[in-house]
Amino acid sequence: MATCWGLPDALCSFPSLDAKSLRMMRKGIDDGFREIVRAHSETIDAATAPLQIFLNWLENLFTHAPWPAMMIVILAIVWAGARSWRTVIGAALAMVLIGVFGLWTDTMTTLAMVTVATIVAILIGLPVGIAMARSDRIQRFLTPLLDVMQTLPSFVYLIPVVVIFGIGKVPGLIAVVIYAVPPMIRLTNLGIRMVDPEVTEAADAFGAAPRQKLFGVQLPLALPAIMTGVNQTIMMSLAMVVVASMVGVGGLGKNVLQAITNQYFTTGFLNGFALVAIAIIFDRTSQAFGKRLQKHREARHD
Amino acid sequence: MTDTTTLPPQPTDADQPARSGIEIRNLYKIFGPHPERWIKHVQEGMTKEELNDRHDHVLGLRDISLDLAPGEISVIMGLSGSGKSTLIRHINGLIAPTAGQILYEGRDVVAMSTSDLRTFRRTKTAMVFQKFALLPHRTVLENTLYGLDIRHIPRDQAEPVARKWIDRVGLSGFEANYPSQLSGGMQQRVGLARALANDADILLMDEAFSALDPLIRMDMQKVLLELQEELRKTIVFITHDLDEALRLGDSIAILRDGALEQTGTGQDIVLRPANDYIAEFVREVNRGKVIRAERLARPLAPDEPPPRLRVEGRRVIELVARDMAQMGETHALVTDRKGTEIGVIEASTILSAMVTPAESLT
Repeated sequence: MATCWGLPDALCSFPSLDAKSLRMMRKGIDDGFREIVRAHSETIDAATAPLQIFLNWLENLFTHAPWPAMMIVILAIVWAGARSWRTVIGAALAMVLIGVFGLWTDTMTTLAMVTVATIVAILIGLPVGIAMARSDRIQRFLTPLLDVMQTLPSFVYLIPVVVIFGIGKVPGLIAVVIYAVPPMIRLTNLGIRMVDPEVTEAADAFGAAPRQKLFGVQLPLALPAIMTGVNQTIMMSLAMVVVASMVGVGGLGKNVLQAITNQYFTTGFLNGFALVAIAIIFDRTSQAFGKRLQKHREARHD
Repeated sequence: MTDTTTLPPQPTDADQPARSGIEIRNLYKIFGPHPERWIKHVQEGMTKEELNDRHDHVLGLRDISLDLAPGEISVIMGLSGSGKSTLIRHINGLIAPTAGQILYEGRDVVAMSTSDLRTFRRTKTAMVFQKFALLPHRTVLENTLYGLDIRHIPRDQAEPVARKWIDRVGLSGFEANYPSQLSGGMQQRVGLARALANDADILLMDEAFSALDPLIRMDMQKVLLELQEELRKTIVFITHDLDEALRLGDSIAILRDGALEQTGTGQDIVLRPANDYIAEFVREVNRGKVIRAERLARPLAPDEPPPRLRVEGRRVIELVARDMAQMGETHALVTDRKGTEIGVIEASTILSAMVTPAESLT
C-alpha cells in the first residue's frame, strides 16, 4: 500500500478525515439546510411569486403574440440600438431562419427568460456596482464574492438553488442571474471609478450634492462601461439558459439538453445556432448603442 | 435646496463698501494616515525632512498666512510640488487643512458644515481647472449652465446668463458643440464661461492656462485681464510661470516646499527679492516690462523746468523708454491716472533699472 519511495503512510497518502466523520458532516449540513428551507418554504414562495408572475406573463406575451408583431418589435429595437440597416437585415434573416426551422416558440420562451434575467441583473447590478464604487470597503468585500460567483461551476450552485426554490422557471432564472450579474456589478464599479477625477472635482467645486454628482456626472460618464456590462450580462444569460434547462427552464436550452441525452446532433446544432443568432443580434445592437453613447464622452486634448 | 432659486444681481459695481477678501491664517496641511499626531511637532519646528523620513508623513503646507485682497488678482506661484494646488483647494474646502483658518466675510471656511460648504461653493466661489474638467457629455451651453443647474435655477433664467458669458469669452456660435470638438484654448474659454456664469465673488484658477500653447495662453491672459477690468472679482490664480504671474498679478505670493518665500507686488519681487531662491527666479525676467515709471520717479527739483513728455505712472519703463526715444527726450514727467504730477523719470535711471543689478549677478 504505502509504496511511495518507502515513506511512512502519513507522508504518502494525505491524512484526511475518516470516512465516517465526513459522511456525518455532509449529512449534518445537508439536513440542516433542508430543514431551514422547509421551515421557510412559504416565505420563499411568496418572495419569488412576483418574479414567477412577471416571467409567465412575459413568456405568454412573447409566445402568443403573432409572429409578425414580435418580429417588428424586435427589429425596431435592433434599429433603435444599432442604427444600421445591415444589422437589422441580419437580424431579420436570422429570425426568418429560426421560424423556418420550427424554433420560433422555443426562441420566444428563451427570449422571455433572457429579458427577465437581464432586467433583474441590471436592477441588482447597478445599485450594487454604485455602492462598490463609492466605498473601498464594499469593494474589498464584494470582489472575492464576485470571483466565486463567476468561477464556481454553475452546476454546483444549481444544487442549493434547487433545494431552496425547487424545480422550475424561477430557480432557473435565479441561477442565470447569479451567473450573469457579476459583469454588470464589476463594470458599473469600474466605469464610475474611471471617471476623470478632475471632472468629479469640478462637480464638487461647483457645489454638487452627492446625488447630483452621481446622476449628473458619474453615471453619464460611466454609461459606456455600464452598457458593456449590460452586453456581457445578456451574453452570459444566453449561455446559461442551457444549464438552467436542467432545472426545468424551457425553450432552446431544453431542446439542446434533450439533444445531448439522445445524441440528436441535428436538433442540437439547430437549437445551438438559434441561440448564437440571438446572441449576435443582441451583441451587435447593444454594442453599437454603447458606442454611440461614447461619441462625445471621451475628453480629447489637442 | 432652498439656497438659491433666483439669480443674484449681476456684478456691476466694483466699489461696494467693505468687500471681504480672503484671509488665510496659519494654515498647515500634513498628508498621511495620522496628521493630527504630528501637527503639534510641526508647529513647534519639526522639519519637512524629519516628518517625511522618520514618520512617513508629507508636509504639504507649512504655516501659510496670506491676505488675498478683494477685487484683485492674487497670484500664487511656485514650482511643481510647492503646494500651490493644495493651497488653492483649501479656499473652497476641496481639501481640509490640518490646522489653520480661512476667513471670508467673517466666516471660517474650514469650520463650515458640509451643507454650508456646499452653499458657499455654489454661491461664492467658482473654479477653473488646468485640464479644463469640462463635462464631455454636455454641450458648450450645457457646460456653461452647469453651476446654475446645480443651484436649481430654472433654464429660462439661466440660459440667457450662460449665453451672455459664452459670448463674452468669444465662443458665440459654438453653443451646441461638444468639448471634444473644440481646441484646448476654446475648451478653457468654456471653463472660464462656466466659472463666470456662476457669478461668484471668488474665482479660483488652478494653472488655468498652463496646458495651453504660448500664443493662446497670452490670448487668454488678455481675455482675463479685460474681464477683470470690469468685473473686479477676487481672483486667486495659480501658476508656475513667473512671466504669467507678473503679467496678471496685482500681488504675487511665492511658495516653495509648502512655505511662503515672499509676498508682494511684481515690482517688489523683481526689485527686492527676499532671498537667493527668489533672486535666482527673477533673474531672467524682462524687468522693463515689470517695473513701472512711478516706482523710479524722483521729485521735481524746485528750479527744474518740467519735462515736455508726460507719462502715466502705471506705464512700464520699457514703454516709457520707447516714448523717450521717439520724442528725443531724456526726461519725462510722471503723473498718476488723473494727471497729477508725481515726479520726474530720467533715461539713465530707466537704463540702470532695466539691467540686472550687479549684486545678484553672482
